[in-house]
Amino acid sequence: MDDLLSEFLTETSESLSTLDVELVKLEQNPNDPDILSNIFRLVHTIKGTCGFLGLPRLEAVAHAGENVLGKIRDGELVVTADAVTLVLESIDTIKYLLGELEQNEAEPDGNDAELIGRLNHFADTGEIPGGAPAAEAAPAAEEPAEEVEMTDDEKLQAAFDAAEYDPDFEVPDEPAAAAEPEPEAPAKPAAPPAAAKSQEVAPAPKPAEKAKAEAPRGETKESSVAAQTIRVNVELLENLMTLVSELVLTRNQLLQMVRGKDDSEFTVPLQRLSHITTDLQEGVMKTRMQPIGNAWAKLPRIVRDLALEMNKKIDLQMIGADTELDRQVLELIKDPLTHMVRNSADHGLEDIPGRRDAGKPETGTVTLNAYHEGGHIIIEISDDGRGLNLERIKAKAIANGLATEGELEGMGDQQIQQFIFKAGFSTAEKVTSVSGRGVGMDVVRTNIEKIGGTVELKSVEGRGSTFIIKIPLTLAIVSALIVESGGERFAIPQISVLELVRASNNSEHSIERIHDTPVLRLRNRLLPLVTLKKILGLDSSEATEESVDEEAFIVVAQVGTYSFGIIVDRVFDTEEIVVKPVAPILRDLSLFSGNTILGDGSVIMILDPNGIATRTGEITVGGSQGVEGKAKADASDRETTSMLVFRAGGSEVRAVPLALVARLEEIDVENIEHSNGRPLVQYRGKLMPLVFIDGSYQMKAEGRQPTLVFQDRERTMGLVVDEIVDIVDDVLNVELTADQDGLVGSAVIDGKATDLIDAGYYLELAFSDWFGTEDNGGEKKRVLLIDDSPFFRNLLTPMLSVAGFNVTAVENAEQAMDLKNRGVLFDAIISDIEMPGMNGFEFAEALQDDAAWGEVPIIALSSHTSEEDFERGRQVGFSDYVAKFDRDALVSTLIQTLSSM
Amino acid sequence: MSDKNALVPSQEKGGALDLGGDSQDFVTANIGKQLFGIPVLTVQDVLGPQRITRIPLSPPEVAGSLNLRGRIVTAIDVRKRLGLRDKEDNEPGMSIVVDEGGELYSLMVDQVGEVLSVPKKAFEQNPATLDPRWREFSDGIFRLDKKLLVILDVTRLLDFTSSVKQAG
Repeated sequence: MDDLLSEFLTETSESLSTLDVELVKLEQNPNDPDILSNIFRLVHTIKGTCGFLGLPRLEAVAHAGENVLGKIRDGELVVTADAVTLVLESIDTIKYLLGELEQNEAEPDGNDAELIGRLNHFADTGEIPGGAPAAEAAPAAEEPAEEVEMTDDEKLQAAFDAAEYDPDFEVPDEPAAAAEPEPEAPAKPAAPPAAAKSQEVAPAPKPAEKAKAEAPRGETKESSVAAQTIRVNVELLENLMTLVSELVLTRNQLLQMVRGKDDSEFTVPLQRLSHITTDLQEGVMKTRMQPIGNAWAKLPRIVRDLALEMNKKIDLQMIGADTELDRQVLELIKDPLTHMVRNSADHGLEDIPGRRDAGKPETGTVTLNAYHEGGHIIIEISDDGRGLNLERIKAKAIANGLATEGELEGMGDQQIQQFIFKAGFSTAEKVTSVSGRGVGMDVVRTNIEKIGGTVELKSVEGRGSTFIIKIPLTLAIVSALIVESGGERFAIPQISVLELVRASNNSEHSIERIHDTPVLRLRNRLLPLVTLKKILGLDSSEATEESVDEEAFIVVAQVGTYSFGIIVDRVFDTEEIVVKPVAPILRDLSLFSGNTILGDGSVIMILDPNGIATRTGEITVGGSQGVEGKAKADASDRETTSMLVFRAGGSEVRAVPLALVARLEEIDVENIEHSNGRPLVQYRGKLMPLVFIDGSYQMKAEGRQPTLVFQDRERTMGLVVDEIVDIVDDVLNVELTADQDGLVGSAVIDGKATDLIDAGYYLELAFSDWFGTEDNGGEKKRVLLIDDSPFFRNLLTPMLSVAGFNVTAVENAEQAMDLKNRGVLFDAIISDIEMPGMNGFEFAEALQDDAAWGEVPIIALSSHTSEEDFERGRQVGFSDYVAKFDRDALVSTLIQTLSSM
Repeated sequence: MSDKNALVPSQEKGGALDLGGDSQDFVTANIGKQLFGIPVLTVQDVLGPQRITRIPLSPPEVAGSLNLRGRIVTAIDVRKRLGLRDKEDNEPGMSIVVDEGGELYSLMVDQVGEVLSVPKKAFEQNPATLDPRWREFSDGIFRLDKKLLVILDVTRLLDFTSSVKQAG
């Protein structure tokens, strides 16, 4: 029988028995809203499920019954014995239909128009129909309402009569029950409660009789499916599983003891114990198994909605839905699976015109395929869509700073595709309501890896993508490789072990070192190595360093796509182990995923390859990364700036926008010369003045001094610093603190408060005429600065103020228009080009014919400085065009523009 | 697993310091010359020397883990926990197994003695001058005939969140 149907039958027969009891209770307490709503809910559920399963006849009866109950609930009808009888009758009909359903897996022919008619009539008028509309109700219909008993009997008769018409129903009346093929024992225990139930209905003896009469028919059928399944608390199953796991371990222990003693008297009984244990383990495992289809149930609906929304035609194929896996695993992969299918349907498949252009059928296919393979479940999610766009991934990887162009150059397609698993990576051009938010595949991978699974990706551009998820059948027992390091044994989950390599100086594999970092040449690839002893802190002597090189066992492990070698002292065999969580005080040891007891009774720690990979520098794996990555992804929605972080004169960190720095140099202190009391170096054939962060700064007496080189056209200047710390991409929120020379302000960069230096100040120190400003004595010129980046507003405002302008800064063109409308006047406008809302070109165009501001010179400020940009800028009315960061040009242009007026 | 049910039900644990009766029962243990007491109802087991698996990178007080009838028990070196020096002789120690929050811990001591029933009136607060670490782990002192019995607070002794950093 169909799983869904048998589940429905089980559940519904349970609901129905509850209903019987509840209805009788309701009759006794007609005003109890709790009972009523419970009844209503149960009937409603039955109706809903019938509709879902496509059982129209059942649904119709349940619907009519629900109608009556609804009216009662709403207070439109009063609960009377008759009303209850009527509802009970509909429930009996449902039971009968269910019985048929169970036998034939289909609803019987015929209909219940008569009953439904009476139910509807009652719902509409509140009267038990005397002159029922249904003709089949025959003589009973004429009976007056008071003689309900009689009517009921008649109705019953009618129901049976109706049943007679059923071709499948060979025996016309009550004896039908006896003629059932399975009048087995289960029927007997079921019957007494039914009888008891009906006796409770003392005030309405006849309905009770009817119920009794109905009982044999209903109950017998109820038994066969309902009695075959029982509901068991999941916790109980979990406990059983734990116990069985322990049993398996104990069995292993015993086997190990007897191993090697051929003639032991225990051998034979132990063998039996072993078999039974294995069977028991399998049996208990089965209780936890659920078909993967359960996790897929939601998918057709999701895909359908998505297809409508995206205007695509999508065919979702699900193969192997009955593949079973542990319910714990099932729960954990449900969300990742849903996400991936959504991704395939949304990003993977093209829209209809797109598919037509690509010469594919209009309907795209997303295929889910699940199957067993060697102790694992493989789930493939494939689509025949456009595949991954390598170019876009590359561009995004560069934009996100995940790799440089050079690095990408050296990567294979497969490696580049892996970037989609990085946090904050989404190549979807636009964010839809379903996907493209940049969090997703990294979370998917983390979740799958958490349960010891792996995700692989194959994609051919234009042909589609396939994700292959490999997960263990169960989490309870895993196979692990036992290794020894530093005198201790450890277990490594087999799923992350790719291979074992024995390296020694005179074999083809030998460990080489790059500055103390061991690596292994393996099939033309360099494999990074970690020494287990070292990362576990078990390495007490330095001497072992060399001996490792002599001969070592290397466990090649894979975490995601990152593979690395773990150097261990010895390798034992593999064992089935039960993963147990470590004690709470050890939970923060990320290198271990748990511990276990081996066959010989000793406790052993289970290594977590994820943790080791994280520890050894491959930071893209590991659980916490997802969160961090998400935060970063959110941040990237706002504008980030690359900042060079350094130290100079003191321990506090300072930063300067990287774009302002031309080069980083190290200057030998010996080469520093002095001219006119100021330090200089010869740099690229010219003299470069050096400036210090403040007057009290002391250079090193000897050695090399890192220097930031600022360059502007012909002139270069070096800012001497102690140490270059890092280059950080971060959102800048500068809080202005103008009280110190040379500082723009402070900002939080990479989580630390950092002083942002004003490069302009130091440029002026080096060349007092750097900005060519002359104090114009008279009134300060008013300059309006429009830039959406708070960083530039904060950087340029003080700089222009220093140069002698009265600066008003606004963040967009709309605000500028506001100022204009309020009659504020400016001598010059500096405007960014790329801005949200009205951009610089549009803004300039809007001002061209303006009475008040039409004549005001506008200087465009942009990072784009091609000839065309210049041309376009001039056309729309910009007086000049200055590249961002070219502060010298900006100030001089400003002065020129203003003086020419 | 099956021994789990045979052991002391958890709700009885708190009863050890109940002031209702006239006396209280403690399992006594020696570390160096000092006598310690652990409320008898918190004690699950007393073990002789065990094979202990070291746990790399764990706090120094964690001696390792051991297998007690199929359950993994974390062994705590009480000497280290109390800031005492390592044992000088090579005598194998003993352990007292306690249940804390559903997890089993084995407290390693030099010697486990008898179960003492001590009168409540012999109870004293910790002297204010006691080493702060000891004060943290001790519930108080009982005056015995010739010795002083320091009562260990197992919960605090095993709470590594507050002191693990200071110790490590």
